[in-house]
Amino acid sequence: MHDLRPITALGGTEARIDAFDHVTIAENDGLALASVAARIGHEKGCHTVLEKLLGAVPKPGKAVLHDPEAGFWMGPDQWMIGAPRDTHELLADQLSDQFGETASITEQSGAWVCFDVTGPAMQDLCERLCAVPIRRMVAGDAQRTMIHQLGCFVIRRQDADHIRILGPRASAGSLHHALITTAHSVA
Amino acid sequence: MIIDHPLLGPRDSSEFTYMGDAKLIDRPDPDADTAARDFYEYGYLRDNPAGWHDELWFHEAGDRSWLVVTRNTLTHEISKVQLARDVARNRGRSK
Repeated sequence: MHDLRPITALGGTEARIDAFDHVTIAENDGLALASVAARIGHEKGCHTVLEKLLGAVPKPGKAVLHDPEAGFWMGPDQWMIGAPRDTHELLADQLSDQFGETASITEQSGAWVCFDVTGPAMQDLCERLCAVPIRRMVAGDAQRTMIHQLGCFVIRRQDADHIRILGPRASAGSLHHALITTAHSVA
Repeated sequence: MIIDHPLLGPRDSSEFTYMGDAKLIDRPDPDADTAARDFYEYGYLRDNPAGWHDELWFHEAGDRSWLVVTRNTLTHEISKVQLARDVARNRGRSK
């Protein structure tokens, strides 16, 4: 019998937290993700399920911050759904059952690393890091952008000093390096 | 240069990648008698207009959508931006 121990995207046994004076960068290891792509001709049916699941269909550039499932728009007829991993580890399977023929569901938990950036210097950090107009964004805005040559999603959360960054998991170390370097420069 | 994305609004062109002439949407019929010639022209021959040009741009650092951008190659003025899939569907394509 193998003795397998799960590790986080950064390779630790626990999610890494880097606390600076004005900003905290926390690896978020508790997220299950799955993408939803509406099938051609089934867009309306897909929207109906999304509405039932999230309360609303996320509009372009927007997220719906809903519990336990939340979702954001990734592209035309494509959304990412996230939920706590503790309760939704098999999120993709659960969504497949709910969406049926209306959408193609792809497991995404193993593809992304998630960082929660919080603190009064969050905006300073974000505007040094990428080209999203962070000071104009409001809670529920979600944009894809380049950070350190990596395609990432930046989601402005409910708390005014909180931004969530999703980046490619295989480059988690590089993205973390970029975040830490920027945090040093704004501290 | 700013590209006014039909869904996301004005975005810097650095987020996009140029993917060539929008004529690439019109793939020739492989069953036509002239298919070899048609695909040679489709693959290799391009107009190089000094003026208005329909171009494909890929929003690589954004929502990954393909756009048809009508751009003046002399002034970089952009007169029209459409989702490429809408353009293709208007021409009778199913996808």
